Amino acid sequence: MLFIEDLQVELGGKIILDHIDLEIRQGETHVLFGPNGSGKTSLLMTIMGYPQYRILKGKILFKGVDITNSPINERARLGIGMSYQRPPTIHGLKTRQMVDICSRGEAKVEDLAMRVNFQDFLDRDVNAGFSGGEIKRSELLQLLAQDPDLMLFDEPESGVDLENISLVGRTIATLLQRDHEGIPEVSKSKMQLKRERTKMGLIITHTGYILDYVNADKGQVLFDGMLSCVSNPREILTCIGESGYAECVRCIVKN
Amino acid sequence: MYSEELRRKAARVADKKAAIGPDVDLGMFESAPVPHKYLADEELCELPEEEQKHLLMAGLDVTQKDRGGTYFQKDTSVIHCDSRQEGIEVLPIRRALEQKDWVRDYYWKLVAVDTDKYTAAAELNLHDGYVIRSLPGAKSIYPIQACLYLDKDSLQQNVHNIIIAEEDSELHIITGCATSPHLKKGAHVGISEFFVKKNAKLSFTMIHNWAEDMVVRPRSAARVEEGGLFINNYVCMKPVKTLQMYPVTHLVGEGAVARFYSIIVGSPGSEFDVGGRIFLKKPGTRAEIVARTISNGAKIIARGHLIGEVPEIRAHLECKGLILKGGVIHAIPELEGHVEGVEMSHEAAVGKIAQEEISYLMSRGLTADEAASTIVRGFLNVDIPGLPPQLKAEIDKVIEQSDKDMM
Ligand SMILES: Nc1ncnc2c1ncn2[C@@H]1O[C@H](COP(=O)(O)OP(=O)(O)OP(=O)(O)O)[C@@H](O)[C@H]1O
Ligand SMILES: [Mg+2]
Repeated sequence: MLFIEDLQVELGGKIILDHIDLEIRQGETHVLFGPNGSGKTSLLMTIMGYPQYRILKGKILFKGVDITNSPINERARLGIGMSYQRPPTIHGLKTRQMVDICSRGEAKVEDLAMRVNFQDFLDRDVNAGFSGGEIKRSELLQLLAQDPDLMLFDEPESGVDLENISLVGRTIATLLQRDHEGIPEVSKSKMQLKRERTKMGLIITHTGYILDYVNADKGQVLFDGMLSCVSNPREILTCIGESGYAECVRCIVKN
Repeated sequence: MYSEELRRKAARVADKKAAIGPDVDLGMFESAPVPHKYLADEELCELPEEEQKHLLMAGLDVTQKDRGGTYFQKDTSVIHCDSRQEGIEVLPIRRALEQKDWVRDYYWKLVAVDTDKYTAAAELNLHDGYVIRSLPGAKSIYPIQACLYLDKDSLQQNVHNIIIAEEDSELHIITGCATSPHLKKGAHVGISEFFVKKNAKLSFTMIHNWAEDMVVRPRSAARVEEGGLFINNYVCMKPVKTLQMYPVTHLVGEGAVARFYSIIVGSPGSEFDVGGRIFLKKPGTRAEIVARTISNGAKIIARGHLIGEVPEIRAHLECKGLILKGGVIHAIPELEGHVEGVEMSHEAAVGKIAQEEISYLMSRGLTADEAASTIVRGFLNVDIPGLPPQLKAEIDKVIEQSDKDMM
């Protein structure tokens, strides 16, 4: 479980996140909406533990452990992983080696790569010259190898073409143990699957396309550095579409 | 007659300082011959294990497995020299000068004997060196290994090497310079002249494994004819007192290509002044110089100079430095276009490991230290198109090994 309480975060001398409360229970996936610059990426980076995001107030607990001040790799070891919006290029490090690092040497790199149609990129330097859509698949490949319990996805479907979007969507669903959600007939009851599910997700999306593959439990809107509402993700999407972020936040807050 | 003329020229510059680099008082060293017994194949394998390991780090495998030939010089004496491949000749240069007339057509033809006191020393008191030649059309399957080893303390080793890839041939050489573990100080003066003929391919991978008080002054030059390819790799991960070299390559035939890669890790007290200069003299020639330097407290000057004399040439220079534990890295990239229609560029950067990259790797589970060394290893891992995988593996091995010492 991820539990965030009254979090205040500063970046470059500016408060970029304030009064953040967030709880993601075991097996839950949340979707995060919000206008450009509202602090969505910052929230994910803060959860992941990037030191430039200075936590001034509040705390973060994961699996009952206070990780507010833990370094990134300790959080990774506890089971937090992230798919980045703009990951850095690492020259001289092959994608193959990176996948190996993610899996602590245990994954069959070729097999995993096949799942996101990325075999041809394994011998290229990590992210070097990757297109927008290729970066997404590379990030997913790394998460497949890492297999974390809480996955933070920063706009996983933006920049992905129409054919790859279903690949990306289905891969995320698999990662989050929600593969069945697109399939109407499943042998186990939905309740049972839900009970057995342990993976947690937090997905940033502008378009909501990902909802076609992942039936997220909750949606949240980040506006001006604050988390403003918790509701059904599709309702939020409709509301934002009809009346814009500011209106949407106001109306849902009122309800 | 002819050789007397060379000696006269050399004698005139016996005290002439080099154009760049700190001056060295060669009077501190001895250069009297040091005899060593010639070793047969089996005897090579009986060298002390520590010495074998040391040699291996400079690319010399005493078992000669996967090697097409060996030249091994200890101090001033040749202790092993043979070729195991048809069409490839490996000879000590002194013997070659006596017995083969053609050697004179190459000797001191690219490097001027009166360049400075180091070239002078190599002429006036030549110990030995190698002549390696691939005959027309010959292809070396395995690389030839050459090692210049210093064992005697305070010795100044003077060598002269000539490397010739005849038309349509392919030649790969791995050459190491190393010092015995007990050696304290010494000097190495090495002249190398490379001739890459029409459509030939030559790769030359040099691994230096010096000691803290070594003075090293290589002087080398290359000439690449039409359609020829010259790959020149240089790796130095070990301390040295001062090393200065500025090899020159002339691309004299259409479509000739030269690629220089150097990887240098400098430890405290070491001083490097290294670089490459390439003249592009015919349309369709291409040149690339890539340097990766790391300072852990060293002083490193990384030069690069590309000269485009005719249109339709392409040249690129990439010079990247990381300062990890103090020291100075001074990158001096120079581009010189003499006509319209040249395409020349450079990229130079001196900096530190990007925090963002460390964090990225940490989020994949590595500790901060592991992340840093992964990035450094990546930084030193340059793709060298055209280099046989076996030689790339040799380079990787050296980097891997010193990575352990460095981090
Ligand atoms: N290094 C920095 N120094 C100061 N401000 C920064 C820095 N980096 C980001 N910001 C600012 O922090 C705010 C939040 O940025 P963030 O990347 O979290 O937004 P976002 O919600 O992810 O936006 P988008 O939808 O465009 O991805 C923005 O106003 C951004 O300009
Ligand atoms: Mg963002």
